[in-house]
Amino acid sequence: MSLLSEHIPVLQVAVPLLSAPLCSLLRGVRLPWLLALAVSWFAFAISILLLIQVMDSGDISYHMGNWAPPFGIEYRVDVINAFVLLIISGISAVALPYARLSVAHEVDPRRHGQFYTAYLLCLTGLLGVTITGDAFNIFVFLEISSLSAYVLIAAGARQDRRALTAAYNYLVLGTVGATFFVIGVGLLYMVTGTLNIADLAERIRPLADNRAVQAGFAFIIIGMGLKLAMFPMHTWLPNAYTYAPSTVTVFLASTATKVSVYVVLRFLFTVFGPAYGFVGLTFEYIFLPLAILAMFIGSTAAIYQTNLKRLFAYSSVAQLGYIVLGIALGNIAGLTATVLHLFNHALMKGALFMALGCVALRIGAVSINGVRGLGREMPWTFAAIAGAGLSLIGVPSTVGFISKWYLILGALENSWWPVALLIVASSLLAVIYVWKIIEAAYFGVAPEGRGPVAEAPLEMLAPLWLMVVANFYFGIDADLTTSVAGKVAATFLGSGS
Amino acid sequence: MSTEMALALTLLIPSLGGIAIACAGRYPNLREAITLITASVLFAVVISLLQEVSGGREPTLALIEVVPGLPLMLKVEPLGMLFGCVASGLWIVNSLYSFGYMRGTNETNQTRFYICFAIAIASSMGIAFAGNMFTLFIFYEILTISTYPLVAHKQNAEARSGARLYLGLLIGTSIGFQLVAIIWTWVAAGTLDFTIGGILRDKIDPTMLPILLALYMFGIGKAALMPFHRWLPAAMVAPTPVSALLHAVAVVKAGVFTVLKVVIYIFGIELLSETGASGWLIWVASFTLLAASLVAISKDNLKARLAYSTISQLSYIILGAALASSLGVLGGALHIATHALGKITLFMCAGAIYVATHKTKISDMQGLGRLMPFTFAAFCIAALSIIGLPPFAGSWSKWYLALAAADAGRVLVIAVLMISSLLNVAYLMPLVARGFFRPAPPRQPVGAAVTPGARFGLAEAPLLCVIPPCLTALGCLVLFFYADEVVDLLRPIVG
Repeated sequence: MSLLSEHIPVLQVAVPLLSAPLCSLLRGVRLPWLLALAVSWFAFAISILLLIQVMDSGDISYHMGNWAPPFGIEYRVDVINAFVLLIISGISAVALPYARLSVAHEVDPRRHGQFYTAYLLCLTGLLGVTITGDAFNIFVFLEISSLSAYVLIAAGARQDRRALTAAYNYLVLGTVGATFFVIGVGLLYMVTGTLNIADLAERIRPLADNRAVQAGFAFIIIGMGLKLAMFPMHTWLPNAYTYAPSTVTVFLASTATKVSVYVVLRFLFTVFGPAYGFVGLTFEYIFLPLAILAMFIGSTAAIYQTNLKRLFAYSSVAQLGYIVLGIALGNIAGLTATVLHLFNHALMKGALFMALGCVALRIGAVSINGVRGLGREMPWTFAAIAGAGLSLIGVPSTVGFISKWYLILGALENSWWPVALLIVASSLLAVIYVWKIIEAAYFGVAPEGRGPVAEAPLEMLAPLWLMVVANFYFGIDADLTTSVAGKVAATFLGSGS
Repeated sequence: MSTEMALALTLLIPSLGGIAIACAGRYPNLREAITLITASVLFAVVISLLQEVSGGREPTLALIEVVPGLPLMLKVEPLGMLFGCVASGLWIVNSLYSFGYMRGTNETNQTRFYICFAIAIASSMGIAFAGNMFTLFIFYEILTISTYPLVAHKQNAEARSGARLYLGLLIGTSIGFQLVAIIWTWVAAGTLDFTIGGILRDKIDPTMLPILLALYMFGIGKAALMPFHRWLPAAMVAPTPVSALLHAVAVVKAGVFTVLKVVIYIFGIELLSETGASGWLIWVASFTLLAASLVAISKDNLKARLAYSTISQLSYIILGAALASSLGVLGGALHIATHALGKITLFMCAGAIYVATHKTKISDMQGLGRLMPFTFAAFCIAALSIIGLPPFAGSWSKWYLALAAADAGRVLVIAVLMISSLLNVAYLMPLVARGFFRPAPPRQPVGAAVTPGARFGLAEAPLLCVIPPCLTALGCLVLFFYADEVVDLLRPIVG
């Protein structure tokens, strides 16, 4: 057993990776799903063990094949990536029980083996990006997750052919992003001769004025900015989320962009550090305005959407604005908000897209007119949308409130008054688009020709409500999440100065 | 039963009652019995707490720490006790009235109505007994959200747009201003606990105090300070029991109650009077007071007139707080109780008239007093109480407010109070005069149901619509003689 526990970090990635080809061999509908489910739960268990271990006894360094870093590949787990690993595998563990019926409804039954193979690869990629301590390895896993994500999005083509163009668009932009990232890593390698992140951080310290380092920094931030859908590089996101199968939207919306945020955090704070003149400047002059624009343009665009999946996709653009804003604030409270919101936003959007998947299962398309009067016929589903919607608005006693609380504290700490007011103003935009749905569902009249609609099956409602309850639980007792996030923020800012 | 237990029960009873009502939805009689029992048990528990508080104790219950240093906490103090008693006591009367009204007008979705009502009362209890500003804010928001379905009850276009305005203004002001004020307070003072004497002394630059106060006052949209008052008339599309309890008692009183809490326990009246930070508020409140009265005169729809009257009366309480003296605060707090009794009576009478005759316009109500003498008598008593004539309860709160203004040497404020009383006469008494002194209209029974008193040539609404307003009107009279007890209860808050 002790032999195994030593290898926990590598199991986190190796198990999903190796089970993916196995999955492609499985026939039928049930077996591939069962395998993916088992792997997800295993990965979740591992990530819990990792987080406990890291909280108890500090960072873990795992040397791949026993090659000592910086020559070999190192897996390095500290509080932040243990936390992100937990988010990814946790969402996957909840999304898969939900997935069976939804995928059976939306994806070609002959392709389920391939679908779950792509899903496992995507999971592998996201976990790999997070756990690895090697800059080039990040690129490799990033490509694994992206390529499989294109496949997953394109699987929505059975429902709507536009999924193909959405996937293609994402493919082109995603590849540009990944290429920028690898160019940036290449520039850093050229100057420092190392790819190990910890080593890179040390060697880069005296090179602040080096043009190649600065160019590398710019390439990495822009490349990852594309992947995390930072405004104005968000254009791939709404279509991708709208036309992907419901399960894929749940999974990608809650995890993929979060992982990119993690990479940005890692490079900003571990590798470069805010003490570098040019890094600090980007906070105030690039991240801050872009974040605020994202908050307002994303939310405003969401108000005018009629397709509900697209509505929440635009809302994600706005929410990513909050996450970037936390970075831009550059203080402990702001960074705590960023890390918290990685988790909190995964909970909200996970719940909302799951609920939309339930609606899609019953009535097909999810348009604002289609859901009129459905609140009575699908009471649990729409109660979930209302609950998660309140969280999205940031009503107290939900997780959304906790994130905003720290974000505003961070703004006030910098005495950035207007920013604090803009944060609350943008929450008010969320009220409008959430309430549009509530009003249609509860006080609207059913459109002509829609027969009676049954509530979604328990198998989908249970995971959905698990997420909704989590939205409230972690909003009322935020001790656990805030202490982890606070610890992360303190390490980042402590190590940078 | 320990006092902590009782405190927790004030939240649990109405919440559990709401669940029970949901389960009993199919059996109207059972559902309404549960409502009544829940209301009565809640009132009994609140009264048991009242004995603790008048004994000088302050039961406290810490629930959970949300983020470090920010607990959810309940604590009973005299002001909250008063609000809690008023809201829970009037819920009983209002429940009886609701049964009569909702059945009399054959409203749909009655189960949803009673559930939301119970949740709204639970959140009012949370507001009344909140131990810090954060807890209060949470219940404040729950109250807004739980009353939204009540306002949108009729589900037609008018109800939907009214409810939209209601939600938009209340959520908008609370998140846009109040939340900012709360966070600012937390950053400056490091605590949000309600403390006598305030928590802001020496924590914040005195020149910033008026700005913080403004964020609070306009952020507490439920107090309907102009220009954020439009939600209250918009909410009048709701069925009358909702207007009666929520928009004369629970919701609006939650607003002015929060105003008093902020002034007494966050700023501290001494700090405000030393720095003069609330000077501007006196004029904004005075303006709201007079302007709303003038608008009320121009309204022919009875409920709309009462709504503007409420806006005006709420500003009396804000005015009391703005004067930042012990007399002003006492007068304001007393006005919470006296106005609640008076205004709920007026609304219930308006509803009774609607149930009996389906009339909503004052100009159509000629001579109705002869057909509905009990309803109109109750209306008359409540109107006199609101105007502030002895021997009715409303006279005391106005008396204290006038004393406070005189004490502060603000002659203009006294003038405002007097003019406003005259305006009250002008918008409330015409209905009484029309009702009693114009000839009665030919009798046209509206409902098929047999109405009480028909034998004597009367055309009252069903008994359950008539008895509750008579009870509360009687309350206006009784409270006049027991106002002293209320003032004694409140005395500790001004030190």
